[in-house]
Amino acid sequence: MKITRAEVEHVAKLARLDLSDPELDTLTVQMDSILTYVEKLNALDTDGIVPTSHAVPMENAFRPDERKDSIGVEAALANAPQRAESFFRVPKVIE
Amino acid sequence: MKYQVVIGLEVHTQLTTNTKIFCGCSTRFGAEPNSQTCPVCLGFPGALPVLNKKVVEYAIRAGLATNCSITKRNVFARKNYFYPDLPKGYQISQFDLPICQHGHLDIDIEGETRRIGITRIHMEEDAGKLVHADIPGVDDSCVDLNRACTPLLEIVSEPDMRSPDEAIAYLKKLHQIVMYLGICDGNLEEGSFRCDANVSLMPVGSSTFGTRAELKNINSFKFIKQAIEYEMERQAEILDEGGRIIQETRLFDPNTGTTRSMRGKEEAHDYRYFPDPDLVPIIISDEWIEEARGTLPELPEAKRARFMTDLALPEYDAEVLVASRELAQYFEDTFTLFPQAKTVSNWVMGEVTRALNDDGRSISDCPVTPALLADLLKLMEKGTISGKIAKTVFDEMYKSGKAPEKIVEEKGLVQVSDTGAIEAMIDEVLEKNPGQVAEYRGGKETLFGFFVGQVMRASKGKANPALVNEMLLKKLNG
Repeated sequence: MKITRAEVEHVAKLARLDLSDPELDTLTVQMDSILTYVEKLNALDTDGIVPTSHAVPMENAFRPDERKDSIGVEAALANAPQRAESFFRVPKVIE
Repeated sequence: MKYQVVIGLEVHTQLTTNTKIFCGCSTRFGAEPNSQTCPVCLGFPGALPVLNKKVVEYAIRAGLATNCSITKRNVFARKNYFYPDLPKGYQISQFDLPICQHGHLDIDIEGETRRIGITRIHMEEDAGKLVHADIPGVDDSCVDLNRACTPLLEIVSEPDMRSPDEAIAYLKKLHQIVMYLGICDGNLEEGSFRCDANVSLMPVGSSTFGTRAELKNINSFKFIKQAIEYEMERQAEILDEGGRIIQETRLFDPNTGTTRSMRGKEEAHDYRYFPDPDLVPIIISDEWIEEARGTLPELPEAKRARFMTDLALPEYDAEVLVASRELAQYFEDTFTLFPQAKTVSNWVMGEVTRALNDDGRSISDCPVTPALLADLLKLMEKGTISGKIAKTVFDEMYKSGKAPEKIVEEKGLVQVSDTGAIEAMIDEVLEKNPGQVAEYRGGKETLFGFFVGQVMRASKGKANPALVNEMLLKKLNG
């Protein structure tokens, strides 16, 4: 096994996914088969090869430090489930 | 048991760019909530971040000024976690390839130099702000995303500090440097320079670090010292009772001077970093590094050394004058026009600083410009006015911004060097004080100062003190 049920549960929790027991069983099997498949890559000799962070051979895409208009408070909040004055309103966060 | 404290610091400096790190929204502080936002910083699906070039330039500057090596190939990574102030569900940061590494700063502690290692400096975006707004009927939390996506440099030190004073010295030095570089406004209250402290204890003589607590939310140098001191006491108490320190994040409460556990944030420090596919790698050429080196100003340490060796200023003066780049500049501009370093230094540290402190102004809006101050010092040097009168003229210049010559003329403050006039005043003083004259002539020479004072008063401070001294001596002895 490449992944345990407990690991799948942990990853689900980090992703805020509430999975049922049967779902966890199914996903553990599926993720295990994905990892087994991807493991084929380990057969390649990658000594001296820099880890590939990006698939596109491109670098140094910048923008100048110049202001652009913002979209405005109304547009920013248009999709907010709840608002209070100009704020997004969210369930109380207790620290 | 006796314990040795071990401190490492993480400083977040907000960069003074006009726009955010990945979009063109303004970074101005204090705007209406959510008015400086766009699809990129709101984390709307499909919006593409594009890196602000200035952020990279500022990061290189910071690295060079703290003796770091600059990483040639940089990659941004996603740090994944959920929090209401983080709209995307991840923060764009750097992970295994920070832009600067292996630097150091030297600090002076009681005359000794201590080298504090800098592990890394990396670029990242800030989160938004969670506020408990004072809105009637709203007990929920409110989110303002104006700050989201504001560029930050996180500067991480090695756990090299061994006392709260060392931590403060390191922070002040770092603060001074980022301000000299012009990359951060250094405003602690507005959160432009924020500090987290990792604090642990180990038995004196040990070399194995204890478990640390991370102290957050400390926004003044004074509070940092307080927070570390409180944490040292708290941990010592636990260890003395045979307890164990839990690795955790603790919030400093400035009202009580204590720290308390933030258990809510403890869950899952599992950020699952991976390279952000939306941002392409940044390759920094040697030319770029050299170009950035060319923009570095003279840093406080070098300036201080130069003031001491080239201008022969005492260490104390040099230290005070380099406190801020603006103050040093003011001193140097005045010195260029009136090249007597110690005199200029005395005035800048004395009258200028006093007047500014009195009405809470900063040196950059001092009404007495370096040119005006130099003019005043020249009048003093020529003997047109005495040192005492110069202070009166200075106060007037500070109030009105007028040229010193004009004030001297208007108020009739020109120093009296006319020997006839001075002689008349001396005669009058001696005539009025026959008793003291007899005592002086009888051997009580300490009375000399009294006569000088009387003559100066008679002249309303305008008599040339050197002439008064000389002529008085003749009169009294002759």
